[in-house]
Amino acid sequence: MAEDSVKLLGYWASPYSLKVKWALKLKGIQYQYVEEDLKNKSPMLLQYNPVYKKIPVLVHDDKPLAESLIILEYIDEVWKQNPLLPIDPHERAKARFWAKFADDKCVPALVAAFSKKGEEQERAVKEARENLKILESGLEGKRFFGGETIGFVDIAAGWIGCWAQMTEEIIGIKLIDAETMPLLDSWFQDFLEIPLIKECMPPQDKLLEHCKESHKKF
Amino acid sequence: MAEEVLLFGFWGSPFSRRVEMVLKLKGIEYKYIDEDFSNKSPSLLKYNPIHKKVPVFVHNGKHLAESLVILEYIDETWKDHPILPKDPYKIANARFWAKFIDEKYLSAIWKSCTSEGKEREKAVEETSELLQFLENELKEQKYFGGETIGLVDIAANIIGYWLEIFEEAFGVELLRKEKFPKLCNWANEFVSVSAIKENLPPRDKLIAFLRNRFGVGNASK
Repeated sequence: MAEDSVKLLGYWASPYSLKVKWALKLKGIQYQYVEEDLKNKSPMLLQYNPVYKKIPVLVHDDKPLAESLIILEYIDEVWKQNPLLPIDPHERAKARFWAKFADDKCVPALVAAFSKKGEEQERAVKEARENLKILESGLEGKRFFGGETIGFVDIAAGWIGCWAQMTEEIIGIKLIDAETMPLLDSWFQDFLEIPLIKECMPPQDKLLEHCKESHKKF
Repeated sequence: MAEEVLLFGFWGSPFSRRVEMVLKLKGIEYKYIDEDFSNKSPSLLKYNPIHKKVPVFVHNGKHLAESLVILEYIDETWKDHPILPKDPYKIANARFWAKFIDEKYLSAIWKSCTSEGKEREKAVEETSELLQFLENELKEQKYFGGETIGLVDIAANIIGYWLEIFEEAFGVELLRKEKFPKLCNWANEFVSVSAIKENLPPRDKLIAFLRNRFGVGNASK
């Protein structure tokens, strides 16, 4: 398929556009990448995503799609190689459930731990740890959520390991505890070591600087 | 093979009603258990220890939570009367709107009903903007799903039925016919579909419940 039929509008430091990059890479899909300036969003982005006005946006044959998990499922349905979701409907439903859980419950708590202070931060840290522990149960003792190889939930939530580590460094509080969440800790480490995952990551020092800058604003 | 299909729900919840609507649409036999919020059953807590909420769907011992996840599971397992289209782009589009409805509408409607003064004004305006998105998305179709109801119609049950009940219970006007003619039309068509009609909580009972539980004493209009 010609490269210009697939376009990804993203932002270098966004884990949401990173997820889509990972899925495209895993399936060997050629695409054109467009870096958006989030302080000065392009008319193209606003036209393609008038509802949320956010990245990532995937454009395939001039048809735009927004929302990272929806984009991942679309990619999985159009390009069948290296499937992200399993075949069994119950397993698929579980995968969707965990990806949603990570986004709805783990991420907001982590963001609050990053951006709040004092008691509010303490509460957020507690909630983040609890929700990460629950996420760990979704692994069901497997190496990856996808089993022996990575799948939908790994791509949807694996980035959290990296961002949580940066948050820990900046706020000075442990979030992913190898003692209380050994499986989750191993999962994050194994996931981030996978070559194609590593290749797409933004440069770590640049990302850390970026996170530190964001933290100052709070 | 005898199938065991269970649904834990709450009679007034649009989320558990969504699941019932699809089960009825597809002619699937199921056992329904109504939950009392102030006293959640051990079964509910066992099947949904994470969110401790309804709906919870159990099929041959395998349980699932989250209404939109359940709807897709049902659609993939029982193929009659599909609620998702075949084309991947159209499927993605349907998922987008269903997710958008879940994320934005109920909280905006709720705020419009329960806040006061400037906060209420802001919430009413936000709800209006949200309704405009759906008004535009309907285009010239009878339903969001086209000629027959689909995932988005079912997800939009909040707007199709519950919204008018909130308006009545709390004395707010949100879905005005002059401003949202297509959406109002859609709502009428939606509640007329037999699988939907049979699964709507009784209007007066729900209004009374909302007023009682959320302490709204005043009669409207």
